[in-house]
This record gives sequence, structure tokens and C-alpha cells, in this order.
Amino acid sequence: MVQLVFYLFIVFTLGSALAVLLTKNVLYAAFFLLLTLLGVAGLFVLAGADFLAVSQIMIYVGGVLVLIIFGVMLTHKPDTGKTDFTQPNFILTKHRSWLWALLVAGGIFSVLYRALVRGNFVLLNQQAASYRSTVDTIGRQLMTEFLIPFEMAGVLLLVALIGATTIAASSRNK
Amino acid sequence: MEINSGLFLLVGAALFSIGLAIVILKRHAIMVLMGIELMLNAVNLNLIAFSQNDPVRLQGQLFSLFVMIVAAAEAAIALAIILQVYRHFNTVQLDELNELKK
Repeated sequence: MVQLVFYLFIVFTLGSALAVLLTKNVLYAAFFLLLTLLGVAGLFVLAGADFLAVSQIMIYVGGVLVLIIFGVMLTHKPDTGKTDFTQPNFILTKHRSWLWALLVAGGIFSVLYRALVRGNFVLLNQQAASYRSTVDTIGRQLMTEFLIPFEMAGVLLLVALIGATTIAASSRNK
Repeated sequence: MEINSGLFLLVGAALFSIGLAIVILKRHAIMVLMGIELMLNAVNLNLIAFSQNDPVRLQGQLFSLFVMIVAAAEAAIALAIILQVYRHFNTVQLDELNELKK
């Protein structure tokens, strides 16, 4: 049963990632990216990372993806004059030639595939520990072993916030 | 749970390759950003797959938490830059941005 759900999530994730690759409409790509991120969150749950799955949904789906969709809409020139609300949005992207993309990505994938199939990961062959919630451990680790990176992340987010507003608003002063 | 953990690594590799293909193939700046997000997600999947056998310290999960934080900051900054590029050039198709000043 769990295995079936696992395969379903894999197909779901990879299928919508391929759809992001294949579609030419940027808005559709953003919505397929939503499905991909949700599928990855499901895979996180199946790997026993419940807290990370919830953060994935909150940060990526609730934050980054909304930002991306705002970005798509703010950088789109509507056709002059006609606005037809019955038609879907066509915010198109151009493609470069498929040759180099397939060559580089396929090459990387084949190298990784060979390495992963041949490799004998001792850690993964162990029986995984029985499931228990990770929230407790993550909280304790953030306050002890990872305290400095945690504080740095706070500062980084503050800097990014100020930087993003400054960059995005700077043309108003001219 | 009878889940083959090696499959996580293969899915991560496939997601990474798809993300890389998106970055190379698309000419829209925001699509490139989406490809980068996919690649970061693939890396997170690998870290979490290894972390499930480390329930005491959970280093992989914490690392991927920080990766997520940095990815969120990166997306915010990148979109601000893309907005400025759009105001300046009136397009975000990357191949049409070919000069540094007006």
C-alpha cells in the first residue's frame, strides 16, 4: 500500500516536472511547478520528514510560487486593445534548440544513474528507524548544534527582504 | 515501511536533470528561475533520503531546511531583479537582453 502511494507520488512528481519542461506557456509551467512541489512534499512524508514536508508546502507553494506567479503577471505585456476573457492566457516563452538541453541533461542523468545504480550505499541498506515525528529533534538541533546557521538564516532573510524591496522599488526615485 | 530508498536518489537525479534542461532550454527569465527551484528540490530530496537513517541528529533534514531558506531568499531577490530588467528593457526573454546600458 505504502509502496503503491510511493510510486504514484514518483509518477506525479516526474510527470509534472516533465510538463514544466514541455509546455511553452509560462503560466501553465508555474501551475505544473505547483504540482511538482506538492509531489516532492509527498515524497518527503514518505521519507519520514514530516516537518520538512510542511515547510516545503508553506515556503515553496505558499511563498515562492506565489512570488513567481506575481512575477509572471507583472512582466507580461498584454496585447494592445483586445482583451478576451474567454481565452486562456498565452504568456509564452521561447525555446533554444533542444539539442544542447537534451545533451547536457541526458548526459548528467546517465552519469548520475550509473553512479547510483553501481554505488552501494551502506546507510540506505540499513533498516530505517521506525517512524516518529521529527519536530522535536529539529527544534532541539536548531537550538543547539545548528544555532549559528539558524541565526545567520534569520539575518539572511532580513537582508533579502530589505534588498528585494530596495531593488524592486528603486526606479521610483528617478 | 517497505520503500526502496535507492529510488529517492534516482528520482532526485531525474528531477535535477529536468531542472537543468529547463534552465538550458527556456529563454524566459522566470522559467530559468523555476528550473533552479526544481534543481534545489532534487538536492533536498537526496539529503532527506539519507537523513531517514539518522534519526538522532537529522543533519540532512536540517541542511535541507537551510537550503529551503536560502532558496526563498534567492527567489525574492531574483524576482526583484527580473522586475527591474523588465522595466528597463520591456522584455524578459533572456536572449534579447544584450546591452548593459540604455
